[in-house]
Amino acid sequence: MTTMDTRVQPRLLDAAAADLGEHHRGHGPIPWQGGVGRMIGELQSAGLTGRGGAGFPTWRKVAEVATAARAVVVANGAETEPGSRKDDTLLRRCPHLVLDGVQLLVEATGADEAYLYVKPGDAMASVRHALTERHGWDRVAVRVVAAPNRFVAGEESAVLAAIAGRPARPADKWLPVVHSGLRGRATLVQNVETCAHVAQIARNGARWFRGLGTRDEPGTMLVTVHGAVREVPIGIALSELVTGPVLVGGYHGAWLSSPAPHLSRAALAPFGAAPGAGVLHPLAPGRCGLVETAAITRYLAGESAGQCGPCRNGLPATAALLSALADRTAPPDAVHRLDHLTGLVVGRGACRHPDGTARLIRSTLTVFGDEVRLHLAGRCSR
Amino acid sequence: MTDALWYLGRGTGVMALVLLTISVALGVAARSGEPLGPLPRFAVTAVHRNSGLIASVLLVGHVVTLLLDPYAQLKLIDVLVPFLGTAEPFWLGLGTLGLDLLLAVVVTSLLRMRVGVRGWRAVHWVSYAAWPVSLLHTLGMGTDAATPWLLALSVLCFVAVAAAAVYRLTLRAEVSR
Amino acid sequence: MTTLHIDWTACHGRGLCAELLPELLATDPWGYPIARTGGDVDVPAELHADAVTATKFCPRLALRLRAR
Repeated sequence: MTTMDTRVQPRLLDAAAADLGEHHRGHGPIPWQGGVGRMIGELQSAGLTGRGGAGFPTWRKVAEVATAARAVVVANGAETEPGSRKDDTLLRRCPHLVLDGVQLLVEATGADEAYLYVKPGDAMASVRHALTERHGWDRVAVRVVAAPNRFVAGEESAVLAAIAGRPARPADKWLPVVHSGLRGRATLVQNVETCAHVAQIARNGARWFRGLGTRDEPGTMLVTVHGAVREVPIGIALSELVTGPVLVGGYHGAWLSSPAPHLSRAALAPFGAAPGAGVLHPLAPGRCGLVETAAITRYLAGESAGQCGPCRNGLPATAALLSALADRTAPPDAVHRLDHLTGLVVGRGACRHPDGTARLIRSTLTVFGDEVRLHLAGRCSR
Repeated sequence: MTDALWYLGRGTGVMALVLLTISVALGVAARSGEPLGPLPRFAVTAVHRNSGLIASVLLVGHVVTLLLDPYAQLKLIDVLVPFLGTAEPFWLGLGTLGLDLLLAVVVTSLLRMRVGVRGWRAVHWVSYAAWPVSLLHTLGMGTDAATPWLLALSVLCFVAVAAAAVYRLTLRAEVSR
Repeated sequence: MTTLHIDWTACHGRGLCAELLPELLATDPWGYPIARTGGDVDVPAELHADAVTATKFCPRLALRLRAR
């Protein structure tokens, strides 16, 4: 299922190794940087951003956490986004690359605890097996924690709740996780793909990393299209990956009427979209965008943790209205009401689940505007 | 002077019960989540809190005056440890118990921001014990217990809290339907 | 300048805060506070005292003030 991009040499998927011996032969030992904070400058020069979806500069989080006395590093491989396979692929094919990255982040932050959060399955088995090989190789033992297969369970604070033995639900962000995360300790949560990039940057340097990607968004990223994972340079034309209307950035993403723009934050921003965790859902030929999005929205409403009133009330109401629109039974003011409902949930929750859902709905109403008018008239183009 | 203490002790006790009743009734009714008629919710909460606080102040007055009053024969230990009194140990003990429970409720409420919602709520539940205990103490211990006015007042207090409880339970039943 | 932070996981939408801070908060159709600005709510100096009252009156302790 995994293919390499034909034009460029993949940097992560290429680093596949069946065991530590092969990994060692291919990459050598962990390229220790020589102390706390020593890697921050290199990460900043590289311009690496989080590959879990939010795209926050990695060096800034590392720098914040590095100032704390006792820090925690968490590699997040929960990949609770439906249709995404990149973390699973990475952990099955090159677990040692990810674990090298975790150790380098441990060194960079001075952490004395490290966790890897992943759903039970082949990827977890691969990581567990890799960890048994790494005795004497790692500075801090990495503990594997099982992630439940719920959409919001991959959110940073939900990850920490799960590691602490509580239900994996997002928490209030009175204090940022980098200052007060697991048991109140400064905590660095990084996506497992980000960890793998950290390892490659430590080995090959920031200049090498910047050899691919755009000036403002350097490097490669893993994308999933139809369950197939590819490694592509950031800024690749979306038309090289998909055709027709496409939902970019997963279920919290935005629809594009055609894959005209390139895959980068800057190129997608004018469309209200973002690369997110690199999940692309092309609209299958003959399918109606409203019907598809209504199904996604019902799923998202069901995945609300139910903790925050606006999300618990607003998402089901939104899903019901969009479903009515898809079924051509919606009232004439459905669009206005959807605008109002999405406006009510944005920014009003412990996590970004309502915001992401609102973004999906808004892009749907824009991109499938003609379809909406047809549906309100009782018809459908498909 | 002795008479003044005795009257003051009884008066503060009765008024403490009245204010405690107001506080408990409003607390029970407000917890329904519905506004009480035209009253703003914060106003109901304010009256709930302040009547409870004034009740506590009156209760301190009640205890101090009766400690000073030679006729009451109250010892210091009776203020905190229930059921040790010489005269009417049971009815006096109920009063002591009510005081102890109320003390816990008031202290945790004043420190609510520090205690957190969970701890505060857990302790706040004992209000449901403090109020009936206080009512029984008034009826059993009170020198004026046999007088029609105190009986009428006690019935009124009981009706107020019972009405609040019925209001809340009917609303909850409506919501769950 | 302070900002008012709402812990949405604690808020039960009882609405006392919107009564005490009508200048800053309204209630949504489900009774939850909705900021006239969005996100953490900027509290002007003249409303600081009212905002403190609102944090104290929240039945769920879902409100906190942050100095900026």
